[in-house]
Amino acid sequence: MARAVTPARKATVTVFAWGVGLLIFFPILWTILTSFKTEAEAIASPPSFVGFDWTLENYSTVMERSNYFLHFLNSVVISVGSTLIGLLVAIPAAWSMAFVPGKRTKDVLMWMLSTKMLPPVGVLIPIYLIFRDTGLLDTRTGLVIVLTLINLPIIVWMLYTYFKEIPVDILEAARMDGASLRAEIIYVLTPMAVPGIASTLLLNIILAWNEAFWTLNLTAANAAPLTAFIASYSSPEGLFYAKLSAASTMAIAPILIMGWFSQKQLVRGLTFGAVK
Amino acid sequence: MKFKSMLLGAVSLGVMTGLVHAETITIATVNNGDMIRMQGLTDDFTAKNPDIEVEWVTLEENVLRQRVTTDIATKGGQYDVMTIGTYEVPIWGKQGWLVSLNDLPESYDVDDLLPAIRGGLTVDGELYAAPFYGESSMVMYRTDLMEKAGLEMPEAPTWDFIAEAARAMTDKENEVYGICMRGKAGWGENVAFITAMSNSFGARWFDMDWKPQFDQQAWKDTLTFYLDLMKDAGPPGASSNGFNENLALFQTGKCGMWIDATVAASFVTNPEDSEVADKVGFALAPDKGLGKRSNWLWAWSLAIPAGTDNEAAAKKFVEWATSKEYLELVASNEGWANVPPGTRTSLYENPEYKKVPFAEMTLQSINSADPQHPTVDPVPYVGVQFVAIPEFQGLATVIGQQFSAALAGTITADQALRSAQQVATREMTKAGYIK
Repeated sequence: MARAVTPARKATVTVFAWGVGLLIFFPILWTILTSFKTEAEAIASPPSFVGFDWTLENYSTVMERSNYFLHFLNSVVISVGSTLIGLLVAIPAAWSMAFVPGKRTKDVLMWMLSTKMLPPVGVLIPIYLIFRDTGLLDTRTGLVIVLTLINLPIIVWMLYTYFKEIPVDILEAARMDGASLRAEIIYVLTPMAVPGIASTLLLNIILAWNEAFWTLNLTAANAAPLTAFIASYSSPEGLFYAKLSAASTMAIAPILIMGWFSQKQLVRGLTFGAVK
Repeated sequence: MKFKSMLLGAVSLGVMTGLVHAETITIATVNNGDMIRMQGLTDDFTAKNPDIEVEWVTLEENVLRQRVTTDIATKGGQYDVMTIGTYEVPIWGKQGWLVSLNDLPESYDVDDLLPAIRGGLTVDGELYAAPFYGESSMVMYRTDLMEKAGLEMPEAPTWDFIAEAARAMTDKENEVYGICMRGKAGWGENVAFITAMSNSFGARWFDMDWKPQFDQQAWKDTLTFYLDLMKDAGPPGASSNGFNENLALFQTGKCGMWIDATVAASFVTNPEDSEVADKVGFALAPDKGLGKRSNWLWAWSLAIPAGTDNEAAAKKFVEWATSKEYLELVASNEGWANVPPGTRTSLYENPEYKKVPFAEMTLQSINSADPQHPTVDPVPYVGVQFVAIPEFQGLATVIGQQFSAALAGTITADQALRSAQQVATREMTKAGYIK
């Protein structure tokens, strides 16, 4: 039986949840609002919330000055490409570690995670040199490789925790019924793990989309994704807030929309196994 | 196998397009008005050089610095022209990382470059970068508030006058603060400002034996003066104010005086963005009567990394972008006030340019800065608001945090200087300057 909830309590919780939600969303909202202001209004104090002259000037300036679609396409290729390749490698890896653990599985997992503890800048020069010698600097292929590698530990870890939640008994029952390893993975494991795989996929696309260290440092004119597009609108000397906001809005809009449509999958995946 | 052949195909395709098409040069630059204008005018260059194509990489200053430093240090070859400042040129030139520009044609008229700027870009007689625009710093003040305070700004004020005027102009109830100065931590932010200021107080970063000087009285005087003045007449939360924050404050009428880059003059006098556009006066950066003023010197310049495959094309571009003809091109398109300032003597002799209200003061400010002899007492380094050694960036970042903390009131001036001295001594010993 569900616990009885008084209307007052329900109202309080609702207000609180909306409050927290708005608080988290506020910076994005402010960025979007600022993108419709003039540079003078963007720095006006006190700032106006909606009562200003709305203008699309910043968007037209940004479109005129930068090749948005090239950056956008680069972002899509890099984030989707690196995530898919990452999943291809990580699903078998996570399966074996979750269902056929060996003596050192825990250590292997820990070791994978430890690669995330190193500050990226520590390996910038070696990677830059390798990229220079292999001709991968400023190429999408190079970025897909790097982002796949840096996100792989997270993909493996996420999938591993999801797979762990799936009762081994079900897989064993399938085996008893004569299912091959292939059939077991495709027809039994995967359907049960879909929410987990989906949320891993979405989260990694978001991570790769937002990655701003490697994507800035390994690109120049050709493979630069939206992170470089944003970085070209910031300046320590000069007024740029409105144009920067317009560029940021254009850079986050696709991923925001994707997140909106897939929020059910995301929430389901992220809370999968949270209640035991 | 498939991937390999695809890669091979892609590479050969790349090579072939390179053969068929024009030569492409990639230019890395910063995001500021003058550079964006140059991008807009690229058609003029490509029309004159149809065999050269130009690609731009525009980045925020600090991102760009990190990016081009990595590339040049590893000989990555991603850029053919780099926008770098007076801090990088002496260091990179000495390393042999840059192509010498001594062979520019006579028509370029290299002697027309302002001597102070040219000096900052020359290492052992070799010009390693061509200045695109130069700047110094000066006092921008509100003529109406100065009048209200019953004072008159001299052309070359002293720090004592500035302090007196700042305190007189302050009206905290109406959110008017007498003076706005940089407080945000960073080697290009508060350290640039306070270092230039300290030059006028007779302080220096190092003595001739590279021993840090933060334990000397002159530094204590500088920092105490700065902190006291900001406490009495500065805006609240000044420890997070950099150029842009102060620009916003000044443009909305909240600062009586603002000491910062000369390039700001065109912003604050632009009626589209500035509420106080018609009430701004200019004066030289203040001094303390010791023979050095507190203005800095900076030039965003175009340099060519050694080892680029497109050296000749890159040189053509650098020549075009920093030529006299380019200045005329900008003037004919956007007016003289939008011409990149501070690089050529002939610009300041141009009667049309003389009409620009801040032209004369910018020239005087630039000319009064001397990067070779920045301080009252002799120093072993080059640079007015920085020390042109590779260790400076890291060192100044830490020291900037100390100065900013002192401004925020979390530590005292003495504590800030003590840590600065400690950090500098440690780093300079480690780097082998102090034996």
